[in-house]
Amino acid sequence: MQFSFTDEQAQFRAVVQRFARDKSPTTEVRRLMQTGEGFDREVWRGMCEDLGLAGLHVPEAYGGAGFGFVEVGIVVEELGRSLLCSPYFGSSILATSAILHAASEAQKQALLPSLVSGKKIACLALAEASGQWNCASIELTAAQSGDGFVLNGRKNFVLDGHVADVVIVAARKPGTSGLEGIGLFVVDGTASGLQRRALDTIDETRKLAELSFNEVSAQALNDTGDAAAAITRTLDDGAIALANEMVGGAQALLDCVVEYAQIRMQFGRVIGSFQAVKHKCAEMLLDVELAKSAAYYAAQARAENDPEVSALASLAKATTADAYMRTAIESIQLHGGIGFTWDHDTHLWYKRAKSSEVLLDDPSYHRERYIALQEALA
Amino acid sequence: MSGDNENQVRNEVRAWLEENWDPNTGLIEWRDKLADSGWGVPHWPEQWYGRGLPVAFNPVIDTEFERIGAVGVAKIGIRMLAAATLLDCANDDQKSRFLRRMLTGEDTWCQLFSEPGSGSDLAGATTRADRDGDNWIINGQKVWTTSAHHAEWGLLLARTDWDAPKHQGLSFFILDMRQDAIEVQPLKQMNGHASFNQVFFTDAHVPPENLVSTIGNGWNVAMTTLAHERRGADALRRWGKVSDRPGRIYDEERAEVATVMEPYKWYPQRAGRVDLVWPRAIETGRISDPTVRQEVAKLLMLSRTAEWTAQRARAAQEQGRPQGPEGSLGKLASSHVARAAAKVHTLIGGADALLKGADGALNGTIAEILLSVPATSIAGGTDEIQRNIISERVLQMAKEPRMDGGPFRDVPKNPTRER
Ligand SMILES: Cc1cc2nc3c(=O)[nH]c(=O)nc-3n(C[C@H](O)[C@H](O)[C@H](O)COP(=O)(O)OP(=O)(O)OC[C@H]3O[C@@H](n4cnc5c(N)ncnc54)[C@H](O)[C@@H]3O)c2cc1C
Repeated sequence: MQFSFTDEQAQFRAVVQRFARDKSPTTEVRRLMQTGEGFDREVWRGMCEDLGLAGLHVPEAYGGAGFGFVEVGIVVEELGRSLLCSPYFGSSILATSAILHAASEAQKQALLPSLVSGKKIACLALAEASGQWNCASIELTAAQSGDGFVLNGRKNFVLDGHVADVVIVAARKPGTSGLEGIGLFVVDGTASGLQRRALDTIDETRKLAELSFNEVSAQALNDTGDAAAAITRTLDDGAIALANEMVGGAQALLDCVVEYAQIRMQFGRVIGSFQAVKHKCAEMLLDVELAKSAAYYAAQARAENDPEVSALASLAKATTADAYMRTAIESIQLHGGIGFTWDHDTHLWYKRAKSSEVLLDDPSYHRERYIALQEALA
Repeated sequence: MSGDNENQVRNEVRAWLEENWDPNTGLIEWRDKLADSGWGVPHWPEQWYGRGLPVAFNPVIDTEFERIGAVGVAKIGIRMLAAATLLDCANDDQKSRFLRRMLTGEDTWCQLFSEPGSGSDLAGATTRADRDGDNWIINGQKVWTTSAHHAEWGLLLARTDWDAPKHQGLSFFILDMRQDAIEVQPLKQMNGHASFNQVFFTDAHVPPENLVSTIGNGWNVAMTTLAHERRGADALRRWGKVSDRPGRIYDEERAEVATVMEPYKWYPQRAGRVDLVWPRAIETGRISDPTVRQEVAKLLMLSRTAEWTAQRARAAQEQGRPQGPEGSLGKLASSHVARAAAKVHTLIGGADALLKGADGALNGTIAEILLSVPATSIAGGTDEIQRNIISERVLQMAKEPRMDGGPFRDVPKNPTRER
């Protein structure tokens, strides 16, 4: 296990950081929040074509760069720091991972190059009304019809579902339950019978959609017949990436509040000179650094195909989500009243922390899963 | 309070109401009657629209009002804080000019204390009041001012002496808000509501007769206002308690309450809505999850003990005994409750808790809780300030050394912001 970044990785981080800082000042984040698409197509093009981010962890055979998950972690951390609005998480992480883990060789050849180049955007439609990211709670059905399938049902909380050209759908064979009969399917974003609606969510920096499927024709994605395992691996990738994204956001909040505490005066002195404030900042740093350790370790484990990766993904997701929320709460608190205003930027990260806390399941779910996986090993 | 006295008051108010109450009078006309009779604010002095009765009788009188359905004086909003302040600190001329129209609801008031540069350190206000002959000229900026956009009058804390120490250079004014020299801008919060305003003064005028108390005594007057605020004199606790009966006077009262309460629509959410936790846990089925059970139990226990602590404080007050430490802890306790409630609502709602409006749980109420709770530990004195007060005043611990003594002019302060 490697506990520091290589020089190359550090340089790569600097490049992504500069890009994100330039392209995503909070004025831009606020502008995009108000748009229907929620991201800037030109910036997205730059991320894919100029920086090659969308295909970072995709093997070269499919047009990608063939890097591992540590590099992915670096990217999402920087995107999380600057709240850069893009379909990176939904398309390049979740949907791309699903394809990598489940698709046949021919399907990978067909689907991945256009996602890597950014020409197309994909999403992963998994959770439903219950708001859970697991196979057992899937109700949407996929019935065989000729050499394809017909989907019926509804998906919710679909990241980037409002703009996706390609929809990867988790569905079950009619009449099955639990982990049995789960499959992954590919649907064209313009398929007839597919309706999508952007959801009104508190985190406007990350759009979510509701997708309803009424007799929508689809192709089966997996030829391995074990989509449940592929979905688990995809969700682990997602949890690890989200954990890394969260530490970027938490660090941004901490930097901002420490700076403010050294400028803001009350009672004839900077508020950062009050121990109550300093101790809070010290605790926040501890939170952020522990969270980083969790996120980095999990990314490294994923890169090395560590057999314990599922447990580490859960550990990272739970730890970073709690740390991010606490950092966000205390950041508002230490800014005082101005931190509660719309015009101040802190709430943008607070809202992202909230959405990150519950997307791909909340910390209590991941703590439970961590213990269950430990038990299974023992 | 003796039982006899209580019965006597009950009979008196009942008789008066039975003779005078008429749901078809106009709201202001009726409240004028209340002011004349003293039954609108029975705990106020007889000379000023009251009956000089102990506060302890208020519940008895309220019950009689409710029994017959009678409307009271204009009780909610900053005007009640303003009234309490003027009653304590203003001269007779000021009382006679302002108090009556507060009770009838004809005038709306706002409180101009907090500034961008001074929140926790309220006494660090830098809005200035300079002499111009007999008059005062006001320049500067206030923030977090509820109702400023429709208020007729403001309670203004401003600096009149820059060479005096911080607390001694402030004076307290009654400011006519209807002047061009005052600009009011809405202040939008992170939850999307705009309940407050920023108020800019550029050579606004105050006539000499609107100085409250003496020059340099503004801090003490402001402390009086804040003491009433902490005691809930602005009566926000009576949230939603408007009659739904038909009748002209009820219509008028409902319209008034709707206007005054509009900015406070989200206030219940900022306290965390503990009341919704149990029904939500049941309705979502999450109550069967052992983690959820534990967290819900913790929250309900915390919330009930906090409530009982507040009741102990009230009971002591009603019996005329000095309050123990329990009286200073309510604000901090409510911050803990609100934060814990936001956590539990997230735990119960999961991804659903993110959705606003019609998409969201309880029509977006849960999402609004998550975005409103951060206000609780800031508004009305931050948690950190509460802890300082509790440790220094209640526990009598050594005070933090002060760095803001001497002439206020020389005290380090925040740069004033450009507009
Ligand atoms: C929703 C809401 C409603 C409000 N309503 C009103 C209103 O109706 N009327 C009104 O006048 N004001 C109102 N306010 C303003 C509120 O009173 C102030 O925001 C609050 O007192 C904090 O002041 P500040 O914002 O200037 O923060 P600051 O005082 O700058 O505080 C920044 C941080 O420093 C900390 N800090 C400051 N001093 C100390 C210290 N000595 N020791 C340790 N920590 C310290 C604070 O706790 C805080 O975390 C409202 C604010 C909000 C958010």
